[in-house]
Amino acid sequence: MTQYTNKLIEIENLRKYFAVKGGGLLARRQYVQAVESVSFSIYKGETLGIVGESGCGKSTLGRAIIRLHEPTSGKIVYDGQTIYDSDAKIAVPMLPYRRKMQIIFQDPSASLDPRMTVGEIVGEALDIHKLCTGKAERRERINELLDEVGLNTEHANRFPHEFSGGQQQRVGIARALAVNPEFIVCDEPISALDVSIQSQVVNMLEDLQEQIGLTYLFIAHDISVVRHISNRIGVMYLGNLVELAESYELCNHPIHPYTQTLLSAVPLPDPEKNKTRQRILLEGDIPSPINPPSGCRFHTRCPYATDICKRDMPRLKEYAPGHFAACHRLEGLG
Amino acid sequence: MAENDRLIEVKDLRVSFFTPAGEVKAVDGISYSLGYNEVMGVVGESGSGKSVEAYSIIGLLQNPGKVVGGSITFEGEDLLAYTPEQMRQFRGNKVSMIFQNPMTCLNPVYTIGNQLMEALTCHDSSISPQDARKRAIEMLELVGINNAEKRIDQYPHEFSGGMRQRAMIAMALICKPKLLIADEPTTALDVTIQAQILELMKKLQQEEQTSIIFITHNLGVVAEICDRVSVMYAGKIVEQGKVNDIFYNPLHPYTKGLLASMPRLDSDGHERLIPIEGTPIDLLNPPKGCNFAPRCKDCRKICLRQKPPFADYGDGHTSACWLHFMEDDGEEASGK
Repeated sequence: MTQYTNKLIEIENLRKYFAVKGGGLLARRQYVQAVESVSFSIYKGETLGIVGESGCGKSTLGRAIIRLHEPTSGKIVYDGQTIYDSDAKIAVPMLPYRRKMQIIFQDPSASLDPRMTVGEIVGEALDIHKLCTGKAERRERINELLDEVGLNTEHANRFPHEFSGGQQQRVGIARALAVNPEFIVCDEPISALDVSIQSQVVNMLEDLQEQIGLTYLFIAHDISVVRHISNRIGVMYLGNLVELAESYELCNHPIHPYTQTLLSAVPLPDPEKNKTRQRILLEGDIPSPINPPSGCRFHTRCPYATDICKRDMPRLKEYAPGHFAACHRLEGLG
Repeated sequence: MAENDRLIEVKDLRVSFFTPAGEVKAVDGISYSLGYNEVMGVVGESGSGKSVEAYSIIGLLQNPGKVVGGSITFEGEDLLAYTPEQMRQFRGNKVSMIFQNPMTCLNPVYTIGNQLMEALTCHDSSISPQDARKRAIEMLELVGINNAEKRIDQYPHEFSGGMRQRAMIAMALICKPKLLIADEPTTALDVTIQAQILELMKKLQQEEQTSIIFITHNLGVVAEICDRVSVMYAGKIVEQGKVNDIFYNPLHPYTKGLLASMPRLDSDGHERLIPIEGTPIDLLNPPKGCNFAPRCKDCRKICLRQKPPFADYGDGHTSACWLHFMEDDGEEASGK
C-alpha cells in the first residue's frame, strides 16, 4: 500500500484559460476556462486517477502540471522545488525536469513521428538529455527499453506504421521511460486500444510502477479502468475538481452528486445487476466552458441545486479522512 | 424460433474485400436469425467484421467489398437479389441505421428539419410539406429534444454530440423501420450522455416494436440493452446466446477471456487483469485452424488443423470451439 507521506507534486489553484479566436476588434476577449483553481497533491509511488467527461479539462490539467501548456496562474511544486508560481513570478527552465516528468499520449499513431524508426524515437530522448556516452551504450539502452515494454530488439529498425495500436502504445511508453522518469502523466493511454489489448497495457503499467517505483497521474474517461489502476481518484467537471478520495471509497461511497451520477451511468457487464440498480439520469449536456454557469458549475444539471449553488462556487473540503468534495449540500447550506 | 417469427435470417454469409495485397475475408461464414422486437448485440474488436456484416444487410458495402456467398432473408425475401432501386426503397422504410459519429453522418449545410423531412418525402411522395414538418417535430420530441419547433430549423453544428445522436435516431426511426442497425451509437459519447441514449433506445424499442442489431465493443452496453448476443472474432461468430448465458456462463475461450480482461466497477478488491495475450490475426493470412488458436490458452493440436464446428448447448446458446467436443482425457487433449 502506498504511504501518503512524501509529496512529489503539489499544485495550488492551478488555472489554465485558452483565449478564443475571433469576435472582432472591439469584442471582449473570451476565454475557455479549461482548468479553474484546481489544488491537490500527488504522493510518491501512488497513482492518482483523474476522471471526467470530454471537455472537463482533465487532459489540460495533466499537461499544465508538466507545463506542456503554460498555466495561466497558480503554483506547481515538484519534489520541494517550485517550478511555477504566478504570484512570485517563478517559471524555471523545464529541461532538467523533463527528465523527471514524462507523458504518454492517447493516440499512439498520432504521437509517434511516422518518419522516424522506433529506435530513433526512443533514442531521441537519450540524445537530448545526453544520457549515453557512446553509440554502443545508446543501442544497448534502446534494446533494454524495448525489452522492458515487451517489444523485440529487432523492432528498433521498424517504423511506427508497421505496428499494431497496442505495440505503438508500447513504443510511446518506452519513449517516456527512456529518461528514467519519476513521474508519468498517462493521458488516456488505453482509450484508443482494443478491449483485449487494453488489459495488456494496464498490466504493463502496473508492473513498471512496481519495478521502477513510478508515480502516475492517470487520466481517463473510463472510470472502471481508473478505479482498477489508481490509489486515489479525482473527479473533474467543467474545469473543477469536485471530489477526491481513495478509489474504493470514491466508487463505493461517492458523496458529490456528479460523482454519483457518473458512477450510476456506467453500464456494468452484468445483465441482472443492470436491471435492478438505481440509475440517476442527468438532464441536458455539459455547459460550455467559455460561459460556465455561475456558482457551482454543476448546478444546471444537479438534481439538488438550490439558490446558493447558483451564487457561490463551493470549495473543496474534507468530509472524511482523505475524502474531499466541493458541494454546498454537504456543508448543509444547499 | 419458428420460421415466421424471424424478421431476418442470415445464412453462411461471406464478405470479402479484394485488396491489392489479396483477399481479406472480413466476414467468413456467419449465420444467425433475429426475431421481431428483439435486440441482438454484436460484440467484437476492431476488424472482427461486425460492421461489415451490418453494412451487407443494408446494402452499403463499398468497393472492394463484395458478398461472395450465403444469403440474407428479410421477411422471406432475398435481400441479395434486390435491384439497387428495391434496395433504396428497402433502406429507410424497412431497415435503417445509426452510425458511430453523428457529426460525419449529418449534412452540415442542411438544417436538421430538412434532413428529417427528406427521409419522409423520399419514401412517400404524397406527403405534404406541412405534414412532413409536423411529423419531423413529433419525432424530435419523441427522442427528447426540447423546444423541437425551434430546433428543427437549426443546423447540426448548433447541436451538441448527444443531441446530434438523438437527431440521428429520430431520422432513422421516422419511417418506422422494422429493423434498426446501430453501429457503435454511443462510443463517441460521454457516459452520462450514453446512459441517456441507451435509455431512449430501450424506450423507443418497446414503444415502436423495432428489432435492433446493436454493434459495439463495450460489454457493459451489451449487458444493458441486448436480449441476445453474438460474439465475433476475426470474421466469425464464435459464440451466440441469450445475454444471461453469455455473461454468466460463457463457453468460448475468447468470450471468457474478454470478460476476464475487463476491469470491473462492481468487484470488491484489486484483482489483476487477465489479458488475452497476443494480437488479433492478420486477415490476409488467416490460420488453417481456429482463428483464435494462436491466442488461446487451451489450444490443442486439432485447433491448429481444422476450423471448429458449433456445439449447441440449447436455448440458442452455441459456441464454436473444439474443447466442447473433447473428453477430459481425450486423445486430442495432449497439449499443443
